[in-house]
Amino acid sequence: MGITRQKLVLIGNGMAGINTLEHILKLSPEQYDITVFGSEPHPNYNRIMLSYVLEGSKTMDDIILNSWTWYEEHQITLHTGTTITSIDTQQKIVFADNGLFAAYDCLIIATGSNPIILPVPGHQKQGVVGFRDISDCSVMLETAKQYRNAAVIGGGLLGLEAAKGLLNLGMNVTVIHLMADLMERQLDPSASAMLKAELERQGLHFLMEKQTAEIYGGERVEGLAFSDGTKLESDFIVMAAGIRPNTALASASGIEVKRGIVVDDYMQTSAEGVYAVGECAEHRGVCYGLVAPLFEQGAVLAKQLCGVQTKPYEGTQLSTKLKISGVDVFSTGVFLDQPELTVIRKQDDWKQQYKKLLLKGDTIVGGVLYGDVSDSSRIQQWVREGAAMTDAIYAELMGTAGTALSAADRVAQMADDEIVCGCNGVSKGSIVKAIKDNSLTTVDEVKACTGAGRSCGGCVPTVSHLLQYVLGDEYAGQKTKTGICGCTDLSRDEIVAAIKEKHLTTVKEVMHVLEWHQSEGCSKCRPAVNYYLGMLWPQAHEDEKDSRFVNERMNANIQKDGTYTVVPRMYGGVTTPEDLKKIADVAVKYEVKMVKVTGGQRLDLIGVAKEDLPLVWKELDMPSGYAYAKALRTVKTCVGQQFCRFGTQDSIGMGIRLEKTFERIDMPAKFKMAVNGCPRNCAESCTKDIGIVGNDGGWEMFVGGNGGIKPRIAELLCKVKTDEELVQMVGAFTQYYRLTANYLERTSEWVERLGIEAIKAEVVDNMDRRRELYQDILAVLAELQEPWSAALEEQGESSYLFEAIQLK
Amino acid sequence: MTTQVNKDLTYIKIGTLEDFRERMGRVIRLNEKEIVVFRTTDGTLYALDNRSPHRRGGPLAEGMVSGHFVLDPLYDWKIALDTGQVQAPDTGMVPTYPLKIEGEDVQLGLTLEQAGQLALER
Ligand SMILES: Cc1cc2nc3c(=O)[nH]c(=O)nc-3n(C[C@H](O)[C@H](O)[C@H](O)COP(=O)(O)OP(=O)(O)OC[C@H]3O[C@@H](n4cnc5c(N)ncnc54)[C@H](O)[C@@H]3O)c2cc1C
Ligand code: SF4
Ligand code: FES
Repeated sequence: MGITRQKLVLIGNGMAGINTLEHILKLSPEQYDITVFGSEPHPNYNRIMLSYVLEGSKTMDDIILNSWTWYEEHQITLHTGTTITSIDTQQKIVFADNGLFAAYDCLIIATGSNPIILPVPGHQKQGVVGFRDISDCSVMLETAKQYRNAAVIGGGLLGLEAAKGLLNLGMNVTVIHLMADLMERQLDPSASAMLKAELERQGLHFLMEKQTAEIYGGERVEGLAFSDGTKLESDFIVMAAGIRPNTALASASGIEVKRGIVVDDYMQTSAEGVYAVGECAEHRGVCYGLVAPLFEQGAVLAKQLCGVQTKPYEGTQLSTKLKISGVDVFSTGVFLDQPELTVIRKQDDWKQQYKKLLLKGDTIVGGVLYGDVSDSSRIQQWVREGAAMTDAIYAELMGTAGTALSAADRVAQMADDEIVCGCNGVSKGSIVKAIKDNSLTTVDEVKACTGAGRSCGGCVPTVSHLLQYVLGDEYAGQKTKTGICGCTDLSRDEIVAAIKEKHLTTVKEVMHVLEWHQSEGCSKCRPAVNYYLGMLWPQAHEDEKDSRFVNERMNANIQKDGTYTVVPRMYGGVTTPEDLKKIADVAVKYEVKMVKVTGGQRLDLIGVAKEDLPLVWKELDMPSGYAYAKALRTVKTCVGQQFCRFGTQDSIGMGIRLEKTFERIDMPAKFKMAVNGCPRNCAESCTKDIGIVGNDGGWEMFVGGNGGIKPRIAELLCKVKTDEELVQMVGAFTQYYRLTANYLERTSEWVERLGIEAIKAEVVDNMDRRRELYQDILAVLAELQEPWSAALEEQGESSYLFEAIQLK
Repeated sequence: MTTQVNKDLTYIKIGTLEDFRERMGRVIRLNEKEIVVFRTTDGTLYALDNRSPHRRGGPLAEGMVSGHFVLDPLYDWKIALDTGQVQAPDTGMVPTYPLKIEGEDVQLGLTLEQAGQLALER
């Protein structure tokens, strides 16, 4: 390749750094030559799950997030076991302890934190460890085989998880805590007391309000002495007294450091071209110690580095869950009672449940749950959104009414025989059983195993909540598979890039060269690849009929009895008395089962026999309405200026013009438009892929609406003054969508994925790009043929496709 | 189904090889009955009832052919062409028929009963 890529160096092969790289690879895979340095000898793994490794429910192998091959595949140079010792921010070079060095254009520091090892006398003795990485975890696993008495200093999240792990490994464990309450940074005293009682029941011992003064023993620890003169014998000590951002490298290199490495809202440090993410960073005075913020930071940083417009990072609302089986604890936002806050509290000592919601005025600012955490996601959302307290929320949460539960929390309470997937008739019980029996971890696996979610996809959120419910945090940390279907591990972007780079031209070739697991693919990937080929090589690609869905192959919608629905075009929803008559005559002659007005303002002729299709088309002698296609379906219009007393623009005229301009072109998914003459919006543009609203001075263009499985209201893309500008904008937007969307991805999902700002930057703000996109789409449009007449012309083809062989 | 192979079969010509294109189903109609013939990429021909075993029925002829399977056009079930066996997670079975190829001619094997019914029609 002739292009020189910019050099991106990442220090710290942990969760924040690699997450940022993953985003970058998605947004702009070609932009950077990437080099990663990590002190640890492993590829990237899920640090959160060390608690499960300790507890015994996961192995080290299970928690690897990105294998060596991942780095290879993305051409990332990885130096493990290599610690960077200095950064020359002038020359832009980093130096490592083993003599390696690397120049950068762009540097990301993601060095995480170090556990705080209390500097009490004796802390260097053998048998004292922190709980941070795989090697700490290995030490604990080994120690448990030889020793019996363990002490964990610190009764926070990490300390309790370590303690429970050691207990499971057969050790006798005492948790030593400086405060009167466990997890005092997340829980209030009531919840904390319930937690302590439960953990004691499970077998942990606690020494509260104890300050460690000394660790005594010979070479190895033998016990602890506390400031109040008491002692505890112990031959192993885990320090989980907190973490400290790992900033030594940054501060030694002259980068501004307070508690963490100081960054702005785009993760930029005080040094040019140097960024920091994750636990090592300090943003608006806050250093975080959980993964949620680092994912948000990573997303912002990646966009920043790829030149994609992004909202600034404004901090993260934290919430906590304890990963100890049988103990459900959750807290978010403000959790301690304060005089200015209103507290709603429910404590149930019999069921061992505790619920608390904190309000500032009417606004929900925090919550604590113990015992039953099924409301956690909703509380988190309320706090995040600053929702106002209502009677309904109160009734729901405090259990006085409680019917209107959200999907997320409903799953726990659902009866086993309740149907989750209405399309395929799959119950909660059978999904839960399938997850457990076959150790399923992804929605795709559940799909393959039970069939749930395979049709309309409407139940997929519930399926994913069920996974979460069965797997707990293991699912939250779960990475989603990237492959577009079971036939390949490659993502959409990888496939498109390979088609371009290797100049692949047929579906067969793509599947062969990219080593599909199944040589002829499936009903997911074949149409997708066929689409991508057509999109990339609009002139050269010959459409492959056998990779089209039946509807598209037949240019009509198949019904469940094997007959078809024929829908002629009615531009802008307008027809003429002559055409109406012709439609009626054809309907009578071919005995269609029903004539129906559709939601998109046209007429369905339902129940045409397959072999009659060519005859029906011929007699109708109208263009195909594309009711079957991944293409522009209809442009719904209101009455508009021509007749409506409110209309300020000619919505019908514009609707017809748009439909005539953009019909027939293949798209990633079906595509609908609407045009309204004034803001009264009679044609319902807010649920269309493109919805246009006329006003006195011109047009407003809304995009990304959907009224289907996942309803979504369209967002404003731009306002334009002239008709010409509008048509150009529609063309540019549509072409950009064609080029960048995943196959079957509706604009609603696509707009959410890319962000409206990024789309604006491309098609609205960048005039040259807009013109180029518009020219491109016009060029493709010029090549297209009306499919019904084309099929009629190719007589041979149509007889093969439509006629059966009669045995007589 | 396989038992039919062992019985006495009558073979009727249903067409020549060029009537059947790769990865596209062709419907053979005898009286009320519809049989579909698929030709896979490697040239093998298969005949099955043109009816999905899904409880809501529907034809199979328009399904996408991948390897030696057809993907049901209406419900996306995966069905083995040689045995008619529906693949997990779905269950069911489509009746299959033997085919014989002599030179260019493609012949469909029917039981006496099936063929007799046909004769009556004539
Ligand atoms: C046992 C345990 C359980 C946890 N449970 C949860 C939980 O349930 N929920 C939650 O949200 N969070 C949890 N966390 C916290 C979460 O793991 C961290 O917030 C997250 O890993 C921080 O990511 P990071 O990339 O900033 O740092 P890390 O993932 O620590 O990555 C930093 C990496 O940089 C490397 N490094 C440091 N200095 C250098 C250098 N100079 N040169 C090269 N490499 C260097 C380090 O070796 C390390 O691999 C848990 C943490 C632990 C230890
Ligand atoms: S949107 Fe406005 S112009 Fe169109 S029909 Fe409604 S009121 Fe009339
Ligand atoms: S409800 Fe499950 S796929 Fe439609």
